[in-house]
Amino acid sequence: MTAKLRSSLLAPALAIGFSALLCAIALLVSGSNPASALGVMIGQVGEGQVAVDIVNSTAIYMLAALAAAIGFQMNLLNIGVEGQYRIGALVAAIVGSWLVLPPVLHWLVILLVAMLAGALWALIPAVLKVTRGVHEVLSTIMMNGIAFGLAAFLISQDRFGELVGNNISTEPIPESGQVPNVDLGDRGQIFGLVLLAVVAAAVYGLVLHRTRFGFELRASGESPTAAAAGGVNAKKMIMIALLTSGAVAGLVGMPEILGRDHAYTLNFPANYGFAGLGIALLGRNHPVGIAFGALLWAFLDKSKVALDNVGVPREIATIMQGAIVLSVVVAYEIVKRMDRAAEQQRVGRAMGTVEPVAADSGSAK
Amino acid sequence: MRFKRGVAVTAIALTSVLSVVGCAKDSASSDNGSGNQNGAAAGCQTVDKPAAAEGKTSTTETAADVDGSKLKVGLAFDIGGRGDASFNDSAAAGLDEAIAQLGVKKENTKELTASDQESEDAKQTRLRQLATEGHNPIVSVGFAYSEAVVAVAKQFPNIKFAVVDGFAEGAPENVTFLGFAEHEGSFLVGVIAALKSESCNIGFVGGVNVPLIQKFQAGFEQGVKAVAPDATIESRYITEAGDLTGFTDAPKGQVTAKGLIDGGADVIYHAAGASGKGVFAAAHEAGVMAIGVDSDQYNQETVAEFKDVIISSMLKRVDVAVYDYISAVAANDLASLPPVFDLKVDGVGYSTTGGKIDAETQEWVESYKQQIIDGKVTVEDSPTGS
Repeated sequence: MTAKLRSSLLAPALAIGFSALLCAIALLVSGSNPASALGVMIGQVGEGQVAVDIVNSTAIYMLAALAAAIGFQMNLLNIGVEGQYRIGALVAAIVGSWLVLPPVLHWLVILLVAMLAGALWALIPAVLKVTRGVHEVLSTIMMNGIAFGLAAFLISQDRFGELVGNNISTEPIPESGQVPNVDLGDRGQIFGLVLLAVVAAAVYGLVLHRTRFGFELRASGESPTAAAAGGVNAKKMIMIALLTSGAVAGLVGMPEILGRDHAYTLNFPANYGFAGLGIALLGRNHPVGIAFGALLWAFLDKSKVALDNVGVPREIATIMQGAIVLSVVVAYEIVKRMDRAAEQQRVGRAMGTVEPVAADSGSAK
Repeated sequence: MRFKRGVAVTAIALTSVLSVVGCAKDSASSDNGSGNQNGAAAGCQTVDKPAAAEGKTSTTETAADVDGSKLKVGLAFDIGGRGDASFNDSAAAGLDEAIAQLGVKKENTKELTASDQESEDAKQTRLRQLATEGHNPIVSVGFAYSEAVVAVAKQFPNIKFAVVDGFAEGAPENVTFLGFAEHEGSFLVGVIAALKSESCNIGFVGGVNVPLIQKFQAGFEQGVKAVAPDATIESRYITEAGDLTGFTDAPKGQVTAKGLIDGGADVIYHAAGASGKGVFAAAHEAGVMAIGVDSDQYNQETVAEFKDVIISSMLKRVDVAVYDYISAVAANDLASLPPVFDLKVDGVGYSTTGGKIDAETQEWVESYKQQIIDGKVTVEDSPTGS
């Protein structure tokens, strides 16, 4: 168990260390001091509302990464998280503004609508994949483009948008639909829906490792043929995995919309979906790994503003995000090979002699 | 390849001959000069030339006895920042002017820039950083800052904030929104386009299809139609709302403009930020005219290689607004700021740099300018077509 833990921690640590080194070199080349840049990045956490912003963004990134991870588990590359969360957020904001319901019920309905809309957006690639074998990478990327267009269409003033100054916004969601935040005064407000991300991660972990469905999902990912031989309906699994992934993606925009903006506007942020793909990779699709990956990602994201403030090129944080994802893939492969070699040696030793086995079992106790 | 090009050249030549013939008929029946001094080329059939402008527009300079040496000015840019050859640069010019004229010390100013597709809290953090460092006033550039400024301004009631292009409901008293009448300035360059076009086919390229850019389109179309009711105007946007790359993607701007030029347009007006460079490139390649936006683009280094096609620019004087705002803060007289920076206060206008605007054309434009200022012509701020 400790060996397993060590090997699963070693890879990300290697990756972070390597990318930090890369960034330090980049900073030196561009004429900045890496140590002071690091100091600024760490120091920002104590300033203003940055700590709270990091927590809030972590939750958002967790949801995006979980959406991506559900697909990854089955070797389905759902690149469409980006479009799915946009559609989910927009449709939920529109429907949420129409409804008049008591508070808690109102939230739940909005969340449900967001999930349905996200799943619906994933339905087309899923059907194409199952019936026609269209690769989901292609179809989901195309759906992202369409999602942008559809969102622009739906939010125009002739449809669901209204003009606020130079901005367009949907009708605001009434108070009953707004999820209360944890108010920390000058430190900011933690979104109530941060809890949603935690719950989602817990459910994801439980379903994946404690249910038959999760086993079938993982088995289909590991070896589709073996899973099929074991009686798993591959097409059904693809449908379920992609739709669930889309449904979770639909939730990504919810913490911000229900906790702060209370409407979908032209300023609705993009790129959460793509960040989610990287974070899922970073966290190795494990709920705890994803949580830490999201935290790191949010921390780097926020440090861009602080770096800009002291005149350090903030692109350095973007470089670091990219370098981490790239090197984590390499690091996992290296650690995997090291483990395999160690395993082979251990097996070899155990097979060769009898003596150490007794000693080993003794020490194990 | 050569054959293909030959065909294309022939086709273009044929269509231009056709359109010249078509328009020539129109101008033959009209006695009004279309601004072409050589009189050989055809143009749009124009309405009667309006009466000459009476009275000069007020160009009273604000007295420079305002002392801004104690001010610590923070400037929060939108995506692109200083050097975008567009409205961020214009805001930066306003700050530079304040340093030169009002005695604001350069070391007491700070400029921060938004990153692409950042979330709302990044904007708030940026403003909060400026505020905690004691900057007052803090000017932010771009409507995307509206909500963030309102949130942060409530935390710092003693600091004055301004948002260029911004608006939000429920803003506290220490927030000033600096809005412009872009449609009025666009009307004037529309007049220029109608007078200058020989094919009587005019194009508009917008960066992103958002209400702010639709104001440019609306005013421009109305200006063209005011002079030449029969003119053809085609308006296209590079990207739809939500995809901000339309403001930063020159190759897409080039393709969009080329589409309009292939359709026969020979004057293209762009409101596309840094994508405008592509619009100029397309105009340069096809040998047609282009109209710049925000700053006097004829003088801009970033587009200097294409400046021969730029006949005019619609000026959105963000620099004036930023300067006036800083000056008003220094004088503690925010009430002196106009509610909207329009033609009347020279908040918008047009440029004649490059010598492509002859006296005749300028008389037309000045006349319309006066009519707009006097309220005789009202310019709509949203397109009527869609």
